[in-house]
Amino acid sequence: MSAVIESHNHDDHHHGPAKGLTRWLYTTNHKDIGTLYLWFSFAMFLIGGAMAMVIRAELFQPGMQIVEPEFYNQMLTLHGLIMVFGAVMPAFVGLANWLVPMMVGAPDMALPRMNNLSFWILPFAFFVLLSSLFMEGGAPNFGWTFYAPLSTTYAPPSVTFFIFSVHIMGASSIMGSINVIVTIMNMRAPGMTLMKMPLFVWSWLITAYLLIAVMPVLAGAVTMMLMDIHFGTSFFNAAGGGDPVLFQHIFWFFGHPEVYIMILPAFGIASHIIETFSRKQLFGYASMVWAMASIAILSFVVWAHHMFTVGLPLAAELFFMWATMLIAVPTGVKVFNWVTTMFKGSITYETPMLFAIAFVVLFTIGGFSGLMLAITPADFQYHDTYFVVAHFHYVLVPGSIFSIMAAVYYWIPKWTGNMYDERLGKLHFWLSFIGVNVTFFPQHWIGLAGMPRRIPDYALQFADWNMISSVGAFLFGASQILFLFIVVKTVMGGKKATPEVWEGSRGLEWTVESPAPYHTFTTPPKVN
Amino acid sequence: MNEGSKKTIKTLCFAVLGMFTFSFALVPLYNVFCEVTGLNGKIELRATNDKNIEVDNGRDISIQFVSHNNEEMPWAFRPSEDNIQIKTGKYHTATFYVKNTTNKRMVAQAIPSVAPSNAAAHLKKLECFCFEQQELAPGEEALLPVRLIFDNELPSSINSVVLSYTIFDVTDYNDVEFTQHHHDDHHADHEMEPSI
Repeated sequence: MSAVIESHNHDDHHHGPAKGLTRWLYTTNHKDIGTLYLWFSFAMFLIGGAMAMVIRAELFQPGMQIVEPEFYNQMLTLHGLIMVFGAVMPAFVGLANWLVPMMVGAPDMALPRMNNLSFWILPFAFFVLLSSLFMEGGAPNFGWTFYAPLSTTYAPPSVTFFIFSVHIMGASSIMGSINVIVTIMNMRAPGMTLMKMPLFVWSWLITAYLLIAVMPVLAGAVTMMLMDIHFGTSFFNAAGGGDPVLFQHIFWFFGHPEVYIMILPAFGIASHIIETFSRKQLFGYASMVWAMASIAILSFVVWAHHMFTVGLPLAAELFFMWATMLIAVPTGVKVFNWVTTMFKGSITYETPMLFAIAFVVLFTIGGFSGLMLAITPADFQYHDTYFVVAHFHYVLVPGSIFSIMAAVYYWIPKWTGNMYDERLGKLHFWLSFIGVNVTFFPQHWIGLAGMPRRIPDYALQFADWNMISSVGAFLFGASQILFLFIVVKTVMGGKKATPEVWEGSRGLEWTVESPAPYHTFTTPPKVN
Repeated sequence: MNEGSKKTIKTLCFAVLGMFTFSFALVPLYNVFCEVTGLNGKIELRATNDKNIEVDNGRDISIQFVSHNNEEMPWAFRPSEDNIQIKTGKYHTATFYVKNTTNKRMVAQAIPSVAPSNAAAHLKKLECFCFEQQELAPGEEALLPVRLIFDNELPSSINSVVLSYTIFDVTDYNDVEFTQHHHDDHHADHEMEPSI
C-alpha cells in the first residue's frame, strides 16, 4: 500500500489523474467516481447473478436437489437485495456521475468530496451484508421485502447487520441524489434552460427527488425493525400493540417509488439511443418530461397494490387499482414517442440500438403484466405466484439492466476512446435476449397455473417449464461473462473513436474528445 | 460554491430529515386513520358513550365468535358459544372461557377484530374483557364477559358477523401502557357509570 502513496504537489490534479491505488481512494473526479460505481455495480451484478444461478439450479428439477431450503431462502433474499441496491441503483448512479456533468456542461459534480464518500461507503455496506452468509444462523432469509414480523421476531441474528447495511446504502443514495440535484439545478451551462436539458438529465433529476423522498422512509422502516428487535418497542409486533400490516404500508410507500427509481433513468437512456440511431430528433420531448414527472408523482399513491390480499377495504382496493392503471397512460405516451421517433427514421442496428429496442418491447410486456396484476380481483389469483416473478423480472432485467448495457455500449467509446467489438456486442445482445426470454416468459404460465414464488421445491406439473427456465437462466448468466470480456477488451484497446462517435449523436458530451479528458467544461460551453 | 447551491443543499437536507420524521409519523397516522374509518376491522378499545342507540326495530343477524392464541400463548381460551343469533339494536352478553394452564402467574391482553370490517363501526361495546388486561394465577380459570350491541345502521348486506379475539401474552409488557387509550378508558368508564 505505502509504496503507491506518492507525494504530489497541489498543482498535479489540474493536469490529470493521480497514479496508483490512491487515485481511486481519494478521487473527487466525477469520471473516476462514475467508473468506480460502474465496476462496483458490475461486480455486484455477477455476485447477485451467481446467486440466481444457485436458485435456478435448485429449481432445475422438482425435489430438493442441491441446497438446503434455508440456504435457498438466503440466496433469494440476497439475490434480490444485491440486484436492487448493489447492481441496478449504483449502475445508474455511475452513469449519472459520468454523464450528468458533461451533459449539462458542468466541470464536475457540485459536491465532489461527498461524491467520494457516497461511493466508498457502498463496498462496506455490501461487505457487511455478504458477511452475514458466514454468521451463525445464516444470512437474512426473509425475502428482499423483509416483511415484519418474519424479519423481526423470526429473523436470524444477522438481521441486525442487514439493517446496518441498509442504513449505509440509504445514506449513500441520499448523498448521491443531493449531489445530482444540486449539480443539475445550479451548474448548468449558460443558456441550458430546464426544458433544453437532455432527457437522461431530466430522468435523473426526477429520480433523485424520488430517492430524497423515499430513502429516509426505508431508513425509518429498518430503524423501527431495529428497535423492535433490540429495544423492546412493538411497532410491528401485535403482542405489544403494534401492527404487522403497518410494516407493509411503510415498506411499499418506499418500495413503489423505488421501482420507478430503477426504471426512470432507463427511460432517459432509451430516449438518447433511439434518437441517435434513428437519426431523427426525438418525438415529443416535452411530453417525455411530463410523462416522467407524472409517473413519479403517481408512484406515491399506488403502494397498496402490492397488498391487495392483506384485507384492505373495498374502497381502498378500488382506489389503488385505478391509480395504478392510471400509470399506464404516461408510460404509454413514452412508448408511443419512442416508436414514433423510429418511424420513418434511417435506422441502423448497432448494439446499443438493439438493446434499446429490446428494452422498449420487453419493458412493455412487463408493463402489461403489471396492468394484469393491478386488476384487484385477478390479483388474488396472481399474488405471490411466479406470474409476479415474471412481471418484475421483465421490467427489471430486459428493462433496467438492458438499458444499462445499452448505455455502456453507447457511451463506452466516449469513456475509453475505443470502439467496442461490434460483432461480439451483437453476439452478447442476442444471447442475452434469447436467454432472458427463455428464462422469464415461461414463468408467466407456471405462475398463472399456480406455482408459488419463493419455494425451493414445486409440484410435478411445473417441472418442464422450470427446466426450460433454468436453461435460459444459465444461458443469460454465461453471456454476461462475454459482456465482461467485451468491456475489458474495449478498455484495453480497439478502434479509436471520434469525438462524435455515432453519426446521429446529439448533446454536449459528444463535443469533447474521445476519451473524454479528465477535466471537461472547466469553462462552461454556450448553449443556444 | 455559489449561494444557489448552498440553498439547494439546505432545502434537500431538510427534506431528508422531514421524510425520516414522516416515516415515524406514519405509525400514529395509520392507527388514527384505521380507527376513524373503522378500516382494518379495528374497533375502539373503550366502552361506548353513545346514548342514542335505537333499541328496537332490529333485524336478525348471526354472530360467530372466534378465539385465537397468539404465538406461544399457552392459555386455554374459547368462546362459551360459537354462534349466536341476535337482533340489531339489542344488548347481548357473551362470555369467553379462559384458563391459565401454566404454573406461573401470567398477564394476558385480548385484541378484538371484526369481519367484515365495515361492520366494525356499528359494533358498540358497553363492557369487554378486551378493555383491560387479565391476570391469572397458575391454574386459575375465568369466564370473561363482553356486552355488545350492533346498531340498526348495520349495512343490510351484512347478515353474519365474525367477532374474533386474539389473546396475547403480555406478562413481560405488563408495566408498559398497552394501548394509547388505556388511561382514557378508565376515565371514560368512571364518568359513564352513573349515566347507565
